[in-house]
Amino acid sequence: MTAPTRPVHLAQLNVARLRHPLDDPRVAPFVEALDPVNAAADGAPGFVWRLVEDGGADATGLRPLGDDVIVNLSVWETQEALWDFAYRSGHLEVMRQRRDWFHRHVEAHLVLWWVPAGHVPTVAEAVERLEDLRAHGPSPRAFTFASSYTAAEAAEHAPDGDSATV
Amino acid sequence: MEDIDAIAVLQDPVRRRLYEYVVAQGREVGRNEAAEAAGVARTLAAHHLDKLTGAGLLESGSRRLSGRSGPGAGRPAKVYVRARGERSVSLPARDYRTAAELLAEAAEQAGLDAGLCAAARRRGEALRGPAGPCGGLDEAVETLAARGYEPYREDVEGEAAGAVRMRNCPFHAVAESFPPLVCGMNLALLEGLLGTEGPVRARMDARPGECCVVVEAVEASV
Repeated sequence: MTAPTRPVHLAQLNVARLRHPLDDPRVAPFVEALDPVNAAADGAPGFVWRLVEDGGADATGLRPLGDDVIVNLSVWETQEALWDFAYRSGHLEVMRQRRDWFHRHVEAHLVLWWVPAGHVPTVAEAVERLEDLRAHGPSPRAFTFASSYTAAEAAEHAPDGDSATV
Repeated sequence: MEDIDAIAVLQDPVRRRLYEYVVAQGREVGRNEAAEAAGVARTLAAHHLDKLTGAGLLESGSRRLSGRSGPGAGRPAKVYVRARGERSVSLPARDYRTAAELLAEAAEQAGLDAGLCAAARRRGEALRGPAGPCGGLDEAVETLAARGYEPYREDVEGEAAGAVRMRNCPFHAVAESFPPLVCGMNLALLEGLLGTEGPVRARMDARPGECCVVVEAVEASV
């Protein structure tokens, strides 16, 4: 059993299925927003880390879930910090136009989970959490903004010796 | 305290003036300042401010208002801000919030953003009626205040064009649950209400703790 006082961070993965390839003019406004919005994330209060492709500025070139599915993986100090960036910054304007660029989600497209501070989640680990959420619904292992769990709740449910889990 | 009891606390006219003053400032307000604004003695203001705090309508804290600290700075003063919680009374009982949440959930899942925004834009235009587009930022403040947005001017020194920001989101609870959907709806409503062809424009520019829309004066073409 882990002491709930151990410092933790919140990891998030969100995925989106593109309506058109990134070089299509119909998604150009999204592509143009990538650099300024990513820069805003990097400077946002509580931002810890985000996945960036080797030699790139973002993770849009990585397609672990299919050729037309882009992923966004990041780590934040708190759930509030992530929420404020996602919905109370320039990122909201991008979200508002999401239907123009991405297909509607049938399954969960965003998953949150707690990680020990300093842990850098891998894409495989993130995808596992998303699959957990899709298969079992929200739990302390994999949850959403609408149904979130505290780090203490996650720690209670963590199997012993699982170093990547709080 | 039940909502109806909390709201009844505002029946006293002095209390109501104090409450409205604190709310309108959008920041911590001390007893002296509130007393002066309401035109009553400090002790009376303090009594009513604490009644409002007890009813859960305001929250109080303490702060050194003088800016000094350390020995000699004096006792911290009591300051007040509006409480975050919502209060409402409906007679007979109505539950539009659950209806709004269910409709928003269904719209989100079905991806109905475009249809919702079109309806919101039409509603905004209908609310405006036969009047032309909003004529300027002062008129925008008036229009937005009437709809509960709690607008305030945010003019940058040295820049001719100013802006109006809003402290309150009238759709707060559903906007928190479905931000892109409901904030997009709100923007479309304001575009309809203020018009998009006149001297002011509504634009999404979200900040923590406020309405996600800013209304700006369009720079006059030179």
